[in-house]
Amino acid sequence: MSEAKYLQTPLTEEIIAELKVGDRVLLNGVVYTARDAAHKRLVALLKEGKELPFDLKGQVVYYVGPAPAPPGRPIGAAGPTTSSRMDVYTPLLLEHGLKGMIGKGKRSQAVLEAIQKYKGIYFVATGGAGALLAQCVQEAEVVAYPELEAEAIYRLVVKNLPLFVGNDIYGNDIYEQGKKEYQIAPCP
Amino acid sequence: MREIKVERLTEVVKRLCQEACVYLNEDVEAALERAYMVEQSPLGREIIKQLLQNKDIAKETGLPICQDTGITIVFLKVGQEVHFIGGSIEEAINEGVRQGYKEGYLRKSVCHPLTRENTKDNTPAIIHYEIVPGDKVEIIVMPKGAGSENKSTATVLTPAAGLEGIERFVCKTVEEAAVNTCGPLIVGVGIGGTIDKAALLAKKALLRPLGKWHDNNRLAALEMKWLKVLNDLGYGPLGLGGRVTCLDVHIEVFPCHIASLPVAVNVQCHAHRVKKACL
Repeated sequence: MSEAKYLQTPLTEEIIAELKVGDRVLLNGVVYTARDAAHKRLVALLKEGKELPFDLKGQVVYYVGPAPAPPGRPIGAAGPTTSSRMDVYTPLLLEHGLKGMIGKGKRSQAVLEAIQKYKGIYFVATGGAGALLAQCVQEAEVVAYPELEAEAIYRLVVKNLPLFVGNDIYGNDIYEQGKKEYQIAPCP
Repeated sequence: MREIKVERLTEVVKRLCQEACVYLNEDVEAALERAYMVEQSPLGREIIKQLLQNKDIAKETGLPICQDTGITIVFLKVGQEVHFIGGSIEEAINEGVRQGYKEGYLRKSVCHPLTRENTKDNTPAIIHYEIVPGDKVEIIVMPKGAGSENKSTATVLTPAAGLEGIERFVCKTVEEAAVNTCGPLIVGVGIGGTIDKAALLAKKALLRPLGKWHDNNRLAALEMKWLKVLNDLGYGPLGLGGRVTCLDVHIEVFPCHIASLPVAVNVQCHAHRVKKACL
């Protein structure tokens, strides 16, 4: 397995062009959280031509609904949620400058095409490693929709968040490659 | 007749909710350690390594293993000689969930199915009651995340579909789950009864400790066979490719109507959280 690559947000097209499916990444800097409800609102704002609560350009969105922060900690457990629920909203966000997404699970064909067209990148975080990933979050602040609680948009500052590249701009898909490499027999 | 105050249920449920979400059971830990030895994919091994670190961090910090602290499922086995006093059993259990999720800083993930309005305290719990001989009460708390439950399935096959048809259904379910649910997975299969009974059997099958085959030899052989079939699919940890797609397959069966063959598959993630207590 290759050495992990240290990345800093916001992401540029030059950085993204160097990333390939299966690469290990340690991400640093600001990322924004958003799940289903927040995505729905962001896309509605874009369709109405209104301003978003944060500038999408070069940013990374983390699909996470963290557990409440215990006293003395910036955040509770904070692992990824299933990305496919965001698939219907993702192409429009990429079109408006979003560069990176962090989640778990396979993306739709439309998202894969949008990643190639708008030069984005999809990272997979280890689902179910909520305590480990929370340790990488240094700051957390709600920037929009506090009434959504766990589903609000948080601005996180992360240090060495461990990720794998799931889809790159070259049209590769880790879920297809991985299965192909290790399959002994298909479904009977 | 043995009298038990319902407030004792509240205390136990509260404690079990918190313990289940933070402390991974030893059987799951051992299964992950075995998976680490067996897995050939470097990415897969890295993922399992992170999961083993994750459970240690959760234990040290008191943070939940996973942020999806689930909808709370409670299995209550009540001895028929027990008389509960001091209020409603159901309300006492829900109060335990309410207190456990608030005091344990666990995520509240329960909402109205149509308005999607959050109940804000993770209630109501899904409670399964069973009346058994004796004067004891067994309480099992199983917080279940949506990532795995969303990929669980149930169907009614024709008797002609037979074992082959069941195997195909289990396999298709795991194929769908493997790239979205947090694997390595644990697969509970309920065969027989009615559609509702099969679904409950599938979930109850998950309660058996990992690494323990069915007591019935024929079913144990089937569990071994299907575990191999599922792992040969190559999905691996998190579906990124590898040898360990599933940690275990547990089957439970119940007689059914001569004209039907109900089958349910309850998919469980590696964050398999189950805690038990007795009163």
